[in-house]
Amino acid sequence: MTKSYSGRVLKAALWSVPLLFLALFFIYPLGSILALSLAPDGTLNLSGFNTVITTPYYLKIFAFTVFQAGLSTVLTLTFALPCAYVFARYAFHGKSLLLALSILPFVLPTVVVAAAFSALVGGNGILNEALMSLFNLSEPPLQLERTLTLVLIAHIFYNYPIALRIIAAYWSNQNPHLDEAAKTLGVHGYRLWWRIYLPRLRPAILAAAALVFVFTFTSFGIVLILGGPQYATLEVEIYRQAVGVFNLQVAAALSLLQIGFMLIVMLVYTRLQRRMYTVRDGLQAARTVARPPRTMREKLFIAANLSFMIFLLFAPLAALLIRSLTVGSDSLSLRNYGLLATNPRGSVLFAPPLEAIGNSLVIALAAMVCAAFIGVIAVFMIARRRSRFAVWLDPLLMLPLATSAVTLGFGYIIALDEPPLNLRSSLLLLPLAHALVAIPFVVRSVLPAKEAISLSVYEAAQSLGASPATTLRRIDFPLISRALIVGATFAFTVSIGEFGATAFLARPESPTIPIVIYRLLGQPGIANYGQALAMSSILLLVCAVSFLLIERFRTLTTGDF
Amino acid sequence: MRKIFLLVAFSLILVISVNAQNDALTLVTHDSFAISEAVLEQFSQDTGIQIEILRVGDAGILVNQSVLSAGNPLGDVLFGVDNTFLTRALNADLFVPYQSPNLEFVNEEFLLDPEHRVTPIDYGDVCLNYDVGYFAESGLAVPTSLEQLTEPDYNGLLAVQNPATSSPGLAFLLATIAVFGDEDDPDGYGYLDYWQELMANDVYISDGWTDAYYGQFSGSAGSEGDRPLVVSYASSPPAEVYFAEDANANAPTAAITAENTCFRQVEFAGILSGTDNLEAAQQWIDFMLSPVFQADMPLNMFVFPVNSTVEVPEVFAENMTIPDLPVTMDIDEIDANRERWIQTWTETILR
Repeated sequence: MTKSYSGRVLKAALWSVPLLFLALFFIYPLGSILALSLAPDGTLNLSGFNTVITTPYYLKIFAFTVFQAGLSTVLTLTFALPCAYVFARYAFHGKSLLLALSILPFVLPTVVVAAAFSALVGGNGILNEALMSLFNLSEPPLQLERTLTLVLIAHIFYNYPIALRIIAAYWSNQNPHLDEAAKTLGVHGYRLWWRIYLPRLRPAILAAAALVFVFTFTSFGIVLILGGPQYATLEVEIYRQAVGVFNLQVAAALSLLQIGFMLIVMLVYTRLQRRMYTVRDGLQAARTVARPPRTMREKLFIAANLSFMIFLLFAPLAALLIRSLTVGSDSLSLRNYGLLATNPRGSVLFAPPLEAIGNSLVIALAAMVCAAFIGVIAVFMIARRRSRFAVWLDPLLMLPLATSAVTLGFGYIIALDEPPLNLRSSLLLLPLAHALVAIPFVVRSVLPAKEAISLSVYEAAQSLGASPATTLRRIDFPLISRALIVGATFAFTVSIGEFGATAFLARPESPTIPIVIYRLLGQPGIANYGQALAMSSILLLVCAVSFLLIERFRTLTTGDF
Repeated sequence: MRKIFLLVAFSLILVISVNAQNDALTLVTHDSFAISEAVLEQFSQDTGIQIEILRVGDAGILVNQSVLSAGNPLGDVLFGVDNTFLTRALNADLFVPYQSPNLEFVNEEFLLDPEHRVTPIDYGDVCLNYDVGYFAESGLAVPTSLEQLTEPDYNGLLAVQNPATSSPGLAFLLATIAVFGDEDDPDGYGYLDYWQELMANDVYISDGWTDAYYGQFSGSAGSEGDRPLVVSYASSPPAEVYFAEDANANAPTAAITAENTCFRQVEFAGILSGTDNLEAAQQWIDFMLSPVFQADMPLNMFVFPVNSTVEVPEVFAENMTIPDLPVTMDIDEIDANRERWIQTWTETILR
């Protein structure tokens, strides 16, 4: 294969995109704020590290952070795996709709999720009242408020979609003949899972586990609101130090601890991923892998898994929808939705719901395109390359997700303050910051799919005279499309529901949906609360429609592979 | 593929080119800032100055980001630093002094900085709010002092905010310190003793105002909570009425404004040093103290005007009580102790 000079230039240019992006919007701002915090007057001051190392409390926080993240990851995967199997192996009515909607929990702001959980499992929530009247109890049987259990349930609620989508997407293209062969040879029950399914799925399981772990490791709102002040993750403590106490030394030391630990975890993960033997026995179109359930047992298995999933994911969402229709009125009414469009005080900062939706969609689409583009380039750089460089690129791309939002937000303020990069108050900073956090989702989704493509396919393509561009278009793209859509959907979702980083960046007047929700929740009065619930429901609706459109786009462009 | 590439390239070019400077006056403020369109327009018409509003998280983040960008500020005027964080901003030399002629209408108690680096704009009292219906039904007396909150009658009834993450939470902590004293005297009863008794009386500590008010408090008409007492603002009851479904309804909540139970927060604006719009910035400060702006604030931000010639709207006058004797604390005392108090409180009460 001969490569033209311009081809090589193009390739080099493309490959530099992820690196430049990471350097400009992550390493440079992060380095600036760490330098300012640790060496405010030019000389290195390590007192922050001393404090962190010598105070048992910080070590306790670190231990708790690791513990709850590990537990959340294991629980999420355990619950999601059987359901992923159902989605990958069986065909049934409403499957693609259900799968597309399963990401919805992921989009909701934590304050809203906390309110939904209170309405559902709180002391006088729907579940407790139902149980009390059902069994004639005088005390609410579920006492979950402010417990680790509730934090874990919320983490599963948020992260179940990640595990489900990534694993199901990978599984959907795995050839089922091996499973059938194993069954014919008498492998059944847990041994089938342990010896056949899990080893084959390991790349996807590890990828999902890595994402869930990072996500719960940096959990902020859930731990703060549902866990209460006695629980703190590193992320929470960094916020307290950086904002409440303004002790940048300790905040920087904790940030470095957080980033350093995550880097180690990601390096171990990358090594593990690489050393693993991946079965590449030819991928198959998803619709040929899935079949309708045949026996009663299969039907029951599907029904049980789907019921669990629907209850876990949609009960809190339903509670939210119902509250948005009932708060402030005696019967079901759309009053709160109507109020959203009014501006009784003639406020400058009022944004009609359509404008907020428009802003959110534009930012989320920009973030998604940016993350998908950079993420896919990164996947091609990382896949199958055992160079030292690729080993580092993968963990590096994950780090923004593991970095405290307030640290990075402060970094942007002090680093991106000179032309031509004076982006501190630019509207473009939002999609860029969102893309930074979304790239790991694209990489984690697409990398297993890309690595699962058998080398013989490329050899065949080459021997038939296909150019690299043709190979890309006719082989790589169709084979990674399912995973890419999952990654892109997550990127979209991360952006449209994101508030954490948004809150730490200066922004001119163009509110997104989450900002409108928080603004409403910041003022007393039933109309504000009702409107916040209505806006949250609108957010769900907008996302549901977007997910269905994205899914439709995929089947239109690549067919139902 | 090529389309996507072009799209990305285009957006990157956009990123770099969009930094066109404009000569509008930029106001850096927090998320709770609000103003009527008509009022803003009037300012622009009178002066020919356009205002751009830039918002940066909550009040704590606003101050810290401004300290970090001192000398190369995000805008020309900062609004939203209150007396609990004021010294953090003053110590960082953020502001250019300016003495507005309109200060003559402002009561002396609000002029906390004699050098006029900052100008007081509004004030609000952080007070206990209670669920009117609950206390009417149960026959329990509405508490009139902080001490009462530790009595068994009020066990499990109160929700407060964490001072390390919440502005009203910090104000309430300062109130308890002013009332019960610092911990210096080992034999005496100090604020930490008080907090330990509050904890024993099952107080609910939430991370922020929203969770405490909507998630725990039972008084607000739509809320999910079951505690009839919460730390909020003296202006919350009028807001409840203003945002009620029935405009003639009685307030479902009321504020406790007894002596030594409320903490007064004063919010300031200051001209950021490094501005090249000094004159316009001064005009804007004058405007913020003018009756037009001051009368617009209550229903937009639920705070009270510092300009004593301005009357508050009817819904305020009818449904609120302004505490006669709120707790106040010298800003230098807050400055010297704020971080230590928050840390000690966190270590003793939460861990």
